[in-house]
This record gives sequence, C-alpha cells and structure tokens, in this order.
Amino acid sequence: MDIERKLIKRASLGKLVEQLRAEGKVVLAPKKKKNVVFFEPINTIDEMSTDYIATTQSPKAAAFPKSDRILKFENGKEGIKFEGQPTSVYPETVVLGLRPCDATGFDSLTAIFNWDYKDQLYNDRLAKTTFIGISCASCDAYCFCTSVKGGPGNTHGTDILLTAVDGGDFLAEIVSEKGKKLAVSGQQYFEADSGADKEKFLANVPVKFDVDTLVPKAQNSFESPVWLEQSLRCIGCGACAYVCPTCACFDMQDETTGSKGQRVRCWDSCGFGLFTLHTSGHNPREVQSARWRQRVLHKFSYMPERLNVVGCIGCGRCSRACPVDMNLSEHLVNLAEA
Amino acid sequence: MYKENIYLPYLMNIERVTEEAPFVKTFRLKFANEEEGKQFTYKTGQFGEWSVFGEGESTFCIASAPTREGYIECTFRQAGRVTSALASLGEGDQIGFRGPYGNVFPIEEWYGKSLLFIAGGIALPPMRSVIWNCLDLRDKFKDITILYGARAVKDLVYKQELEAWKNMPDVNLHLTVDPGGETPEWKGEVGFVPTILDKVAPASKDCIAIVCGPPIMIKFTFPVLEKLGFADNMVYTTLENRMKCGIGKCGRCNTGSVYICKDGPVFTREQLKGIPAEY
Amino acid sequence: MDDLRKKAKDLLESQAVNVIIGYGEGTSGAVRAIFPRKAEETDKLIYDDRCTQNLAVYLMKHEIKHMEKKGIVATIPAMRSILQVASEYQLKEDELVILGIGPDGKLVDIPGFKAMEDYLATQDFGIQEDDKAILRKIDAMSMEERWSFWKDELSPCFKCYACRAACPMCYCTRCFVEVNTPQWIPISANEIGNFEWHLLRAMHLAGRCINCGECGRACPLEIPIHLLTYKMTEDVQTDFGVTAGLKADMPSVLSTYKLEDKETFIR
Repeated sequence: MDIERKLIKRASLGKLVEQLRAEGKVVLAPKKKKNVVFFEPINTIDEMSTDYIATTQSPKAAAFPKSDRILKFENGKEGIKFEGQPTSVYPETVVLGLRPCDATGFDSLTAIFNWDYKDQLYNDRLAKTTFIGISCASCDAYCFCTSVKGGPGNTHGTDILLTAVDGGDFLAEIVSEKGKKLAVSGQQYFEADSGADKEKFLANVPVKFDVDTLVPKAQNSFESPVWLEQSLRCIGCGACAYVCPTCACFDMQDETTGSKGQRVRCWDSCGFGLFTLHTSGHNPREVQSARWRQRVLHKFSYMPERLNVVGCIGCGRCSRACPVDMNLSEHLVNLAEA
Repeated sequence: MYKENIYLPYLMNIERVTEEAPFVKTFRLKFANEEEGKQFTYKTGQFGEWSVFGEGESTFCIASAPTREGYIECTFRQAGRVTSALASLGEGDQIGFRGPYGNVFPIEEWYGKSLLFIAGGIALPPMRSVIWNCLDLRDKFKDITILYGARAVKDLVYKQELEAWKNMPDVNLHLTVDPGGETPEWKGEVGFVPTILDKVAPASKDCIAIVCGPPIMIKFTFPVLEKLGFADNMVYTTLENRMKCGIGKCGRCNTGSVYICKDGPVFTREQLKGIPAEY
Repeated sequence: MDDLRKKAKDLLESQAVNVIIGYGEGTSGAVRAIFPRKAEETDKLIYDDRCTQNLAVYLMKHEIKHMEKKGIVATIPAMRSILQVASEYQLKEDELVILGIGPDGKLVDIPGFKAMEDYLATQDFGIQEDDKAILRKIDAMSMEERWSFWKDELSPCFKCYACRAACPMCYCTRCFVEVNTPQWIPISANEIGNFEWHLLRAMHLAGRCINCGECGRACPLEIPIHLLTYKMTEDVQTDFGVTAGLKADMPSVLSTYKLEDKETFIR
C-alpha cells in the first residue's frame, strides 16, 4: 500500500482519542508515574505523557500480556471440564505513542508465535490492535535503532505514524489498511498534508555497528570468551527480558481456587538460573555466562537463522532498565569488532 | 483434530495403571472424545505435554508403539509437581495430553538392517515405543539386540515385557544392573551399560544403534560404539530438555539454534556433533 | 583513589587475591562493577559518589565464588552484608580481603572480620530522610490506606526479580517463590501474587536486611520495595534489640529462642 500523507492538529488528535473511546476501543498510551512510563488505558489525551524517549515498558503486552489465560477448567464429580480462552472477548485496541522501533518489535513476536504452529491468543490480540506511532524527535545514548535497520521515522509496523512538525501539529502517514480504516472513520480530524519535510523533525541516531557484519560473527561466537567477560557483573534478573519488546519466552502455570482454575501463560526469562533446570538437577545452562550468551545469540544468531528476523529493534530498554549497566549495544559493538 | 488454540489438550481417561518400579508408573490412556481418538496419529519417538488440571504440564515421550492402536501409554517417574500429581491418580481419573510433538525415529530407513537398542534406567520408555514398533514389523529387520541396565533390580521397568523379550527366540536380550544392585536371585549381568556393551560386542555391520539413557551413560557408551565400528550416522539417541510449550515458542529447550522440541528429540550422533552441548 | 588502586595492584601482584571486585566507569555516566584479575587492570578502579551498588552480592555469585581468594571494595553496607552472610555460614574470613571505603570515600584498613566489627561499631547507619518520611507516613495510615498504597505500588511489578538478584542476602539457589511442591505462591505476576511475593521476601529478610536499599534501586519500575525490609529492620530492632550485619557470629534473630523471651508459646 502506498503511504498517504495527511496532517492532524494536536487538538484534533485529542478529539480522535475521544472518538475511539466512544467507539468502545481501548486506547493505550504512555503514562508517567515517577520516572517510569507505562502503556496504560487513557480516556483523554491529557493523561498521555509525551516526556519519554522510549517508554520503560514496551508495548508488547498489547498482544502478549505478562499473564494471559489459555484455558479455564473445573474438576467436578462427572470428570473434568475445560474450555479454551475465547478470543472474541479481546477488546479492539489502539496503541498510541509507540515508537517506530517498538512497532517493528512485533515482527519478532509474530515470527516466534507463528513458527509452524499458529498462536491464536497472540494473533487474535494483534489483529484487534491498531498502532499509531510517534516518530522520535530525540534519542539518548542507549538508542541504536539505526544499527538494526530501523530509524526514528521508520513507518514499518505502524498503521499510522505521526511526526511532530512545525507548530506542534503532526504529519500523519497512513501506512496500512488498518490505519486507513481508522483515518476514514475519524476523517474529520485529518487535514491535507502541509508538505513538511519529515526528515528535519527526526532525531539523529548514530549507527553503532553493522548488523550484517554482526550476525555472521555471532553465529560463530558460541565458544568465545566474551560471554564470560561481559556477564561477570550480570546478576541474573529478568529486567532486560521483561522490558524487551521482542523477548517472548514464557512459562505455563495452573492456578486454582477450590475446584476451579485456569492455565495461564506468563513471561519468563532465559536469564534466570532455573529456566532450563531439569527435574533431575542437571542444568544445561549452569552459569550466568551461558545464559547471557543465550540471550544475545537468540536475538542475533538463532532468530536470523531460523526465523529470518533479527530479534532486536535497538530500543535500548534492556540497557536502561539494567541495575548493573549491562549495555547491550556496547556488547554488540565488542562482538562485531571481535 | 485441528485445534484453534494450540495449547488446548485432549482429555484422556486413565484405563490402566501399572507400577513399573519404585516411583515409576505407566498409564494406558484412551481419548475421552472417541472422535479425537480416531483422528489421532503419531509415530515412534514423539513426545507430548501431559497435564493434571490444577498442577500444570510435564513433558515426556509417548511410550506405546503406534502399531498398537486404540490407546496411548506414558511412563513417568514421580519427581516434580506434575508427576507427583499424576502418581496420585488411578483408573477412571482424567488427565490432559497435547501432542504428538517432535520428530521421529526413521524406522523405514532401517529396513533390512540389524538393530541394537541400548537403554539405561528410566530411559527405556522412549525406547520401548520403538522396540515394539520394530518387533511388530519383525521380518523387516535382521538381528535385534536389546541391552538394558538399571541401578538395581528393583529399578528395572517393564518387567513383564522384559520377560516377553527374553522368551522371543529372535531377540537377544541382555539385562544388567550396576555393581551392588544385584539380588541373590539375579541371573543377568552385573556392570555398567558401557562395560556390558563392550563385553557383548554386537557386530556393527549393517546395524543401527539406538541409545537412550542418562547423560553419563551416553557419554561412556558412544566411545564403545565407536570402537565396535558404529559410524556416527548409524547411532541414534533422543534428547530431553526442559520444555513448556513443546512447539518452538517458549524458548527453553534450544541447544544453540537447534530446538529439541521441533528439530528433535531424535538425533543421530553425527547431528549432535554439529551442535553445542546445551542439553 | 590512588590508595585504592595501589592496594588492589599489590594484592593482585602478590597473588594474595585472584580478583578484585570493585567499581569502574560504565556507560552514559553510570558506574559498574568491574573485576580486575591482572595488576595492570587495577587502573580502571574508581570510587566516587556514584558508587552505590552493594558489591557484596557478587561474593555469592557462582562464577566469582569459585575464584577462591577475592578482594572486595566494600562500602559500609557491603561490610555489613559480608558480616551478615558470614554469620549465616556462607562466607569464610580467609577467602576475603577487604578494601574498606569509609563515609568520606577514603580507604580504610580492615584487616579482618574483627576489625570490621570494631570499625562498624563506630559508624551510624541512618536511612535516607525521604525514605524515613514515607515510612512514617505509612505508619500513620489506616489498614485500608496501607493496602491501597501498596496495591498501587506493587501492581505494575512483573516479577523480574531484580530486587532479589541485587540483594546479597538473597543467595538461595532455589528461592521459595520457585519451590513448587507445593506451589506456595503464584508464578505469574498478578495482584495477589505480587503481594505474596514481596511480603514473603520481606519476611525472609527480617533480621537479616542491612538497609542498603539495593532492592529498591534495582527495580526497573521504581517500586520502593526497600521500604518493606526497612520497616522489618525497625521492628526487629524495636522488638529484639538486634541490628543485622554487625557481627560475624551472630545467631539469626528470628530463629533463636531464649528462656527469657517474652513470648510464651515456645515454653
């Protein structure tokens, strides 16, 4: 689909949010609490924060929530009854204010959740979600989208991409059929394109490494000493994985109250020591360096090889969230130059 | 049967419970929904996710042979949360089953060859599926040799079936227990599996070796096979890693870029040499 | 800083230690833990106001534990952690050389656990004023207000366990949250499960926490989780007169019973 350019005034964007809410849609937008920015439901645009480089939590929960019901069951006298989670109850959702990098993160998730077996829970949530992205006017030292073939104004993955231009109005690029549908239903808020030069309003994100050089190096680095050197200070928490827009590792757990219960899928992290522990006590990834290697190689070696997608969008969230300054882009530069 | 929600299990009725050894049981299971049972097919070597509602799922192989229709079986050792809950169930109770997942033993490729099965401890179940499958097609193969060892006599599983194999004129069965694990009545071998393998020394010509057992047994068995002249592409094994989904998504079972759930669990020794040993 | 580097260099050169656990420059103005194992790497050691991480956590980490003799740049909270962990039989005096750092940022000579005990006896361990203020505010709340305060704070928790991973006292290889026969508390991050996790963790740290605040600093979602253990520390101090991390041979306060205890249930 050709990208159509329009203009939406800041005030009109607020009205568009009100219309989406009136239509019964959930609107998720960045909300700030202390210094932490989450995607949370908003009713009016005033609740939305614009003071963020990347949100603390990625928007992945829109399609892959931290805890999601798979099925419900009941252990009764006449045996066990269970039913799968009906996906028809998932709400129509608009995610507003995600960054261009965030939108490409769903490529990774979609590849994982559709590798041969199609994951209905994920796919149905995603199908009901429309992404209105906002281009990056600024970046910080942790950002490296341009090193993984993204960019501060990249339209890929968004349905509509807004870029703040002169006077605080937004250039609105209508990228997909979903975006077009939304723009048509709210057409009174969209105006003719003012012809602004989009590039002028975008952050300059320096390229730190060449991903096409990095991937083949990563594929031959399993035995490299870099993993131990990089990970000595890693304390093995899951902060990086849980803020990551592409990390998809999960656990499945049964939770019961009396005779009823549910089976849920919840986030998990390959950085945890017990992640791969066998019941026998044997652990194939006994030490943190093996777990750190798994995290990096999964994204830069295994996913490119098996799913034809690099599992990193360069948002830098993992490095901002890390309590011990495990800086991913620094480590990737090490690896690319090794 | 195609399920839209790929994590939905089949509901299975427990038809028969066999106590195999201390803490080891076998369930014979039938599909609660007959229609699902009719459409269900699997091959030897495949595994499933077995669940107790309220406790969760656990991963292990299908222990029955696809040549025996109308039911499936699993054998498990009571060890963690789910297997402990399974162990408390009896005939008439219900469990969940998802599968079959993973690749298979390429039995058709072995037609016309001899077979050597080597198993240790609780690793006989994946082997039992392929053994019965091959015995049910007995005229397709030349010699069939089974070497099975456990820590002690009481730990040998499938005792009735071991008796049956012993009485088959066209099966060479060698049973062994670790030193100290024998009883006064024990008539089998005493010694670790690799040692007994070396002693029995089956011919490697036109022979496929299938090895299942704890990592330490596999580690010491492979060199003996090599000494006996088994080429790496004639030695098969089946790997286990912790899994949740069984279908390549939960991110737990990979060793390097190879996913045991999707690319395995069956591998040749040749394939194993090409991947990192994260298992 | 020169004193620190020189001492670290001497220790590595004389092979008194195999590694120094210290601070170095990180990225974007942050500092990070570094682990010089060669004398020439000690030039990278730094110490300034940014160096707040409690490095004692690394003494319990598998890879570093196995480096045998370790030198550690220890601020007062790290020293207290070391004594506390030693009192729990997790550390031996002869595997450590302490490069003590006083409140003024200067190197302090701490030749052993006894010297550390004596040094700590001369120090004050106040918590930050703003934390104190919130604790008093919570004390003044009704039960309902407290519930809603913590519900609001804990609901975003996604159980990344950064709080646990950053804590030198959380060294269990299998934490109670991962014990599943039976499953004590839910694995998934839900409202009740989050409460259960954080309250139980605080209970496990009662009488052991040395108020370094590392759990709260580690939290990527800025949940002030350290307030729970700070409060436990106050209660243990009030009820039993015990302060954790002052002695290397201190019995665990909550599992020690005395005939003169005021509770009667044990008699």
